[in-house]
Amino acid sequence: MTELNNSELIRLSAAQLAAKLAAREVTSVEVTQAYLDRIADVDGQVNAFLHVNAEEALAVAAEVDAIRAAGGAEAEALHELAGVPIAVKDLIVTIGQPTTAGSKILEGWHSPYDATVIKKLRAAKMPILGKTNLDEFAMGSSTEHSAYGPTRNPWDLDRIPGGSGGGSAAAVAAFEAPLALGTDTGGSIRQPGAVTGTVGMKPTYGAVSRYGAIAMASSLDQIGPVSRTVLDSALLQEVIGGHDPFDSTSLTDRLDTLVAAAKTGNVTGMKIGIVKELHGEGYQAGVENRFNESLELLKEAGAEIVEVSCPNFKYALGAYYLIMPSEVSSNLAKFDGVRYGLRVLPKDGPMTIERVMGATRAAGFGDEVKRRIILGTYALSAGYYDAYYGSAQKVRTLIQRDFDAAFAQADVLISPTAPTTAFKLGEKLDDPLAMYLNDVATIPANMAGIPGLSLPGGLADEDGLPVGIQLLAPAREDARLYRVGAVLESLLEEKWGGPLLAKAPALDSSSTTAGGSN
Amino acid sequence: MAAINRDDVAHLARLAHIEMSPEELDRMAGELAVIVDSVKSVSEAAGDDVPATSHPIPLNNVFREDVVGHTFTAEQALSGAPDSFEGRFKVPAILDED
Amino acid sequence: MSTDAILSFEEAMEKYDPVLGFEVHVELNTNTKMFSSAPNVFGDEPNTNVNEVDLGMPGVLPVVNKTAVESSIKIGLALNCKIAESCRFARKNYFYPDTPKNFQTSQYDEPIAYDGYLDIELSDGSVFRVEIERAHMEEDAGKLTHMGGATGRIQGADYSLVDYNRAGVPLVEIVTKPIEGAGSRAPELAKAYVAAVREIVKNLGVSDARMERGNVRCDANVSLRPHGRERFGIRSETKNVNSLRAVEHAVRYEIQRHAAVLESGEPVIQETRHWHEDTRTTTSGRAKSDADDYRYFPEPDLVPVLASREWVEELRATLPEPPAARRKRLQADWGYSDLEFRDVVNAGVMDSIEETIAAGASASVARKWWMGEIVGRAKTADVDPSELGVTPQTIVELNTLVEGGKINNKMASQVLDGVLAGEGAPAEIVEKRGLAVVSDDGPLLEAIDAALAAQPDVAEKIRGGKLQAIGAIVGGVMKATRGQADAGRVKELILERLGVEG
Ligand SMILES: [Mg+2]
Ligand SMILES: [Zn+2]
Repeated sequence: MTELNNSELIRLSAAQLAAKLAAREVTSVEVTQAYLDRIADVDGQVNAFLHVNAEEALAVAAEVDAIRAAGGAEAEALHELAGVPIAVKDLIVTIGQPTTAGSKILEGWHSPYDATVIKKLRAAKMPILGKTNLDEFAMGSSTEHSAYGPTRNPWDLDRIPGGSGGGSAAAVAAFEAPLALGTDTGGSIRQPGAVTGTVGMKPTYGAVSRYGAIAMASSLDQIGPVSRTVLDSALLQEVIGGHDPFDSTSLTDRLDTLVAAAKTGNVTGMKIGIVKELHGEGYQAGVENRFNESLELLKEAGAEIVEVSCPNFKYALGAYYLIMPSEVSSNLAKFDGVRYGLRVLPKDGPMTIERVMGATRAAGFGDEVKRRIILGTYALSAGYYDAYYGSAQKVRTLIQRDFDAAFAQADVLISPTAPTTAFKLGEKLDDPLAMYLNDVATIPANMAGIPGLSLPGGLADEDGLPVGIQLLAPAREDARLYRVGAVLESLLEEKWGGPLLAKAPALDSSSTTAGGSN
Repeated sequence: MAAINRDDVAHLARLAHIEMSPEELDRMAGELAVIVDSVKSVSEAAGDDVPATSHPIPLNNVFREDVVGHTFTAEQALSGAPDSFEGRFKVPAILDED
Repeated sequence: MSTDAILSFEEAMEKYDPVLGFEVHVELNTNTKMFSSAPNVFGDEPNTNVNEVDLGMPGVLPVVNKTAVESSIKIGLALNCKIAESCRFARKNYFYPDTPKNFQTSQYDEPIAYDGYLDIELSDGSVFRVEIERAHMEEDAGKLTHMGGATGRIQGADYSLVDYNRAGVPLVEIVTKPIEGAGSRAPELAKAYVAAVREIVKNLGVSDARMERGNVRCDANVSLRPHGRERFGIRSETKNVNSLRAVEHAVRYEIQRHAAVLESGEPVIQETRHWHEDTRTTTSGRAKSDADDYRYFPEPDLVPVLASREWVEELRATLPEPPAARRKRLQADWGYSDLEFRDVVNAGVMDSIEETIAAGASASVARKWWMGEIVGRAKTADVDPSELGVTPQTIVELNTLVEGGKINNKMASQVLDGVLAGEGAPAEIVEKRGLAVVSDDGPLLEAIDAALAAQPDVAEKIRGGKLQAIGAIVGGVMKATRGQADAGRVKELILERLGVEG
């Protein structure tokens, strides 16, 4: 039906695909099959997918095609993104596909229920291509902590794709999916977006239901979109967002002007604040250059650039590494070999349930997960609670106050998303602290629950790798990010002569040995 | 705050129900000491007058009406169980506890 | 299992002063669980009243049951507590296979109700005030069944089976402040306190309050201190003492055991104890250890509960008559003397009498049956009177048979035995056992004449107006008819025979 070849088809944005599907210039089966073929071609190198859901995805695509072909009320009622495929981070539970959280402890587990966001994708009839790789239980900044092998950065296969949502970002960057779902606890949507040249949005805490996202740190976790354009993220957030009675922390506010904001981008007269503490020392030169360039572009487009200071951000990383592991230690207690997942028997000694739990968790969890569980157990334990967990919750208040003050001076804040471009696989694996520092610019938003968007800001001069620009807005002002993000995106595309991903090296499909795993 | 040592880690591992070899305890103690050292400034950051924030977006009184919703069948409930018997989850003996 | 030494209760009381404390868990009778929409139903097929939340599946989140919160506030109000304007849930972290998430969602430093009291009336009519520290909301655990081994107990079991139907059932845990000054009345107070809590939650309609189903469960803390000492001794916590009688016995036993330990010069160990109904003793559970570091922290998946004063007053307006007021009203309605009524309350049959009256019996008939027949049998059978198996309907039926002259009181007692033996309804038993009163006057008159002839001097006394002597003749007739005669009718006939006005 289509006049585009597969290679062209998979490079269209979700919005472009949606338009072609609606105009019946292409079928969803063609689109879905093109992505499945791409996965088969390149995922042997990228390892973005832990599971490919070909049969179900094609069935949903065929259903959409049939409805469109029949026309009438049902076709009219189809969601704008109906038939546009999507990949899902394997932290989100799905009926009919395994959910592993990137951990051995859930190997082979099939959820008997769907996450709320999955129900929404199904209602919108978006074919789910499969489940994407991640750091185990979303703990990491490189996707190297997956129990199923690392994902590789499509820009350079020797480099990390960011984490924890490296699989979702790499899948979108490698044209294995037009859209993906991620989760962001300390930057796990935005930092992978930055290092893969994709767009990643962490919505306001509570704007998207967490029900069915395997909890890492409940008060920080947020599901959000991963895409190649700002508009695509806005489209996807409108699908997955909204109040959910199954999530007590879900907002009742309707954030439904996101797409409109992305389409009417305009920054004239807006105040954009540079956060003094979120750039400069510790940031790679190429990252700083691209950041400054974005500031210039925004200024030229009519925005006023102001500088703000958030003095308590220096405590953010420390407070995060107390709150997050504390919640982790409790949230991951349920993985004990009793109700689901792995059970490992102790090699010797008495066969009590206590010891079976101990052996199961010893074998089922990787080092980084164990480290955080032990750290969190420590921070909550008798005698340490006030100094650690309690103090960290106070720092959270200070960070919120800093943001309040900053947003009194600026409509949105801007910073690099990550201090560096993608580093080499293995480079920081043995240095947890160095790994943690990757999230220094993304963590404050999670601590305060505010939305954050990362978009591609160009390539760093020294290594030719993507740099991410982060925009932050007050809670519930997600639309503001799409508005400014769309403007900056178009200015940057103009400057760089098209979408940044067009500059990514082609992945050599002939050298692949295997398609995505099943 | 005192540095974290091997015995601390052994105690924490027991609380967290993760068996650890002696080598693992040593390694973990070393790593945690570094991390704890790097986060300890947090305890001096805020004064007594600063309230704690546990929810980033404050909400309250989120309730559910007392109306019965869906349930699983026993087969669904047990579908992922490592071991089961007559509709129930089967676990090894529980010793020394109440 | 070694037996602990105990001192006699009297000796223990001579030297020591007991301090008590109770944690009573009340299961609410909501339609659904505390944090999930799965049904809160007792006794169904294992693992069928569960959904992903109750099983602690990956990704699930809790949502608070509004009715459970309202029931908790009502309990707080009935216990004369303050209701917190704002309170939160917290996670209590510990690993146990009946706890699906390996933490219990509970309340820690911010209970919904606090600082209350309950006035407990003891059998001598005195009133003892028990101070309530707090009442907080939490969720129940699943049910473990221990298989293999000798006794179905946890020790020596080969494996255990878990049913999560009960997991997530809403609980209110009511915690007392230390109860001082009860002295030798401590065991009685213990029983009366738990009975009072049970009565309150039942009266509120927020719990089925059936102790045999675990709807009300008591952990009893006991410590002793020498008379005159301020400082508390070290306490033991006896878990899951699940009947009123057991509460009394467990407290008495622990007082005796503590006294023996202290007498021997050893320190009491702070530990949990298990109550054994069969031997009426406790055995050592586990000592408090570092495993009790529960690492409480505010539940991040739930938001605070704010109880506005309007809401609290709305709920207060729905509260039923408090049990103490109810008792006053019932006594007046029934016309019982103070002593009669206190006996009824102490025997634990007030509710049963009320139900029996509601079923159609008079107040005096209901009391006659419950106090005269049933309480004694319950004592012999070692169960609570209400659990013996007598329904209000049984009593109404028995009384109808007596008042209709079908059977006499003595026979009715035999019919009751038949009912308890499962022989059927009273009328059936009368039939089967051939217990009908002899109502044909012919054989009765023969027996009366024989009895009068056998005791001419008595007959003479009656003729002379000493009517109270008639008992001897009635007795002779009853003996001759093997109890099958209606004593009232026999009296009438004797007087007729002797030409005396009754
Ligand atoms: Mg307790
Ligand atoms: Zn409790």
